[in-house]
Amino acid sequence: MLGSIPGSGGADMSDITLPQPAPPAIRRKRGRILGNPGLVVAALVLGLITLMAVFAPLVAPHDPYVQILDDRLIPPAFVDAEMSDPRYLLGTDNLGRDYLSRLIYGARISLLIGLLTVLVSGVIGTTLGVAAGYFGGRVDTVVSFLITTRLSLPVVMVALAVVAVAGGSLQVVVLVLGLLLWDRFAVVMRSATMQLRNLEYVAAARSVGCSTPRILLGEILPNLIPALVVVASYEMAQAILLEAALSFLGLGVQPPLPSWGLMVAEAKEVMLFDPWVILLPGLAICVLVLAINMLGDGIRDATAPEGRT
Amino acid sequence: MSAEDRPILELRDVVKRYSVSRGLFASKRTLMAVGGVSLSVRRRQVLGLVGESGCGKSTLAKMVLGLETPSEGEVLIDGRPIASLGRLERARLVQPVFQDPYSSLNPRKTVASIIGLPLSVHGEGSSAERRGRVEEMLRLVGLAPRHAAAYPSQLSGGQRQRVAIARALILRPQLLICDEPTSALDVSVQAQILNLLMDLQSRLGLTCLFISHNLAVVQMLATRVAVMYLGRVVEEGPTAEVMLHAQHPYSLGLLASVLTPDPRLGLPETGLGSVFPDPLSPPPGCAFHPRCPLAFDRCRVESPLLLAHRDGARAACHAAERHAMVAA
Repeated sequence: MLGSIPGSGGADMSDITLPQPAPPAIRRKRGRILGNPGLVVAALVLGLITLMAVFAPLVAPHDPYVQILDDRLIPPAFVDAEMSDPRYLLGTDNLGRDYLSRLIYGARISLLIGLLTVLVSGVIGTTLGVAAGYFGGRVDTVVSFLITTRLSLPVVMVALAVVAVAGGSLQVVVLVLGLLLWDRFAVVMRSATMQLRNLEYVAAARSVGCSTPRILLGEILPNLIPALVVVASYEMAQAILLEAALSFLGLGVQPPLPSWGLMVAEAKEVMLFDPWVILLPGLAICVLVLAINMLGDGIRDATAPEGRT
Repeated sequence: MSAEDRPILELRDVVKRYSVSRGLFASKRTLMAVGGVSLSVRRRQVLGLVGESGCGKSTLAKMVLGLETPSEGEVLIDGRPIASLGRLERARLVQPVFQDPYSSLNPRKTVASIIGLPLSVHGEGSSAERRGRVEEMLRLVGLAPRHAAAYPSQLSGGQRQRVAIARALILRPQLLICDEPTSALDVSVQAQILNLLMDLQSRLGLTCLFISHNLAVVQMLATRVAVMYLGRVVEEGPTAEVMLHAQHPYSLGLLASVLTPDPRLGLPETGLGSVFPDPLSPPPGCAFHPRCPLAFDRCRVESPLLLAHRDGARAACHAAERHAMVAA
């Protein structure tokens, strides 16, 4: 190894070999991920749903908006084999639209709302929480007051009121939920930052001459990411459920957009005679939310402090 | 005064008070962490600062690093008040090595980026030059170039402390603050790190403020020793003088408390008892009198001054004063 020539052209990556303990550490991490079946299953399910949503136009067998009134409420094969139609794998709704296609397109709405809401609320909550935790004092007092104020608002009621005034649309739902669901981000980031702030590497960074933004972005934020991922997954599930609830009440995404909550609402007229119509979107919501929550739990376990302090 | 003689670090009557909240309805109380300390460290000297936990050693270190501002008094580095220095200027003059190498390195950064951080903050050199200097530092502190790509979690405690030392020295600071750099390490590793520090001190001509509660460690490294008790310096002088002719009963107690490897000797008897006074309500007079075996009436009312006794050593003790007068 020619590593002893300082500053020469040879000081590239070739003489910086991986340290010996690295392979076991990586293997340990891989083992912790693969050794958790919940995490693996959740990741697979979520990956499948995401792929379906992204490639919906290619995957969906029919146009989700086309109504064929002759083919109304055709049951899927596993409900009634005689009445079913091989063209409609999961049957049709009461306007004769292919149910599978609508479910696939509905995944788009759910994931989109979940991701955008988490983006909005994550930025708000993380900024507030990190500021409160790092600066303390008056900043902390103000942020804590904001958090308690926010916690005193009933989310569903406020969302209903705002959507009722502003009108239901995807943008309004994302904005309302994003502005309401930042509390958990703020609480978790605040306490995590308070712990990190007192660690010696933050003091070392300050002694070295790092500016405050550099400390926040370079030293604090990278160490908050595991906690951030867990909270984000939980909040995303929460946002998807709330969107479904709002759409069910007719104040979320507007028809004919195929939102799962809206599909549940549309199905309730026929649920006594054709319960599968309400069951399928309900099941879809349930599976998606469960997968996201399990993924968050799994990531939390996989990144739990072990060998890292 | 020539540049050689000018102290690198000078503390002038430095006081640090914290107000401590006792809950929602109680009034706040003042905690005197450091109660008027004056010390100076000359170029290439190592000042050992000893004292038990909570005596204000680390608060003093934080004030020298500019992480805390003194409530009263002044900290001068190389003749300039630290309050007047900018963030980057201060960092070039004084750098720390902290106690716990497990929390002093960011677990999400590689060794190379931890050691190179000071250079990139100060915008020094191109990235190739920085890599060269990081490698040079790695070699200087006894690590292999391959450690550059490692994460702190892949290193042992001793290796981590070497990384922390490399980070502190890469800017070539005038003054190195070591805040108990070995007390979080295994005994066998402690010796290695101490040898490294001694070696670096003599090779690079470092000026050092070395904080420890271990007198044996201080004896090895320090040119002068200052003993602190409850926020005040009670004795200060050349290492040999303090070790051999300690005047203050607290210094004597500390010296007696050093553990010996011989099991037949049992635990050392310091004669100090184990009662640590409440720093929120320090005793009147000499803060040490409730534990002092030599205490007499004067100690309970009058706080002793730090007076020179012999060979450039100073002690703050009425009993030592009386003793010296009798001897004279």
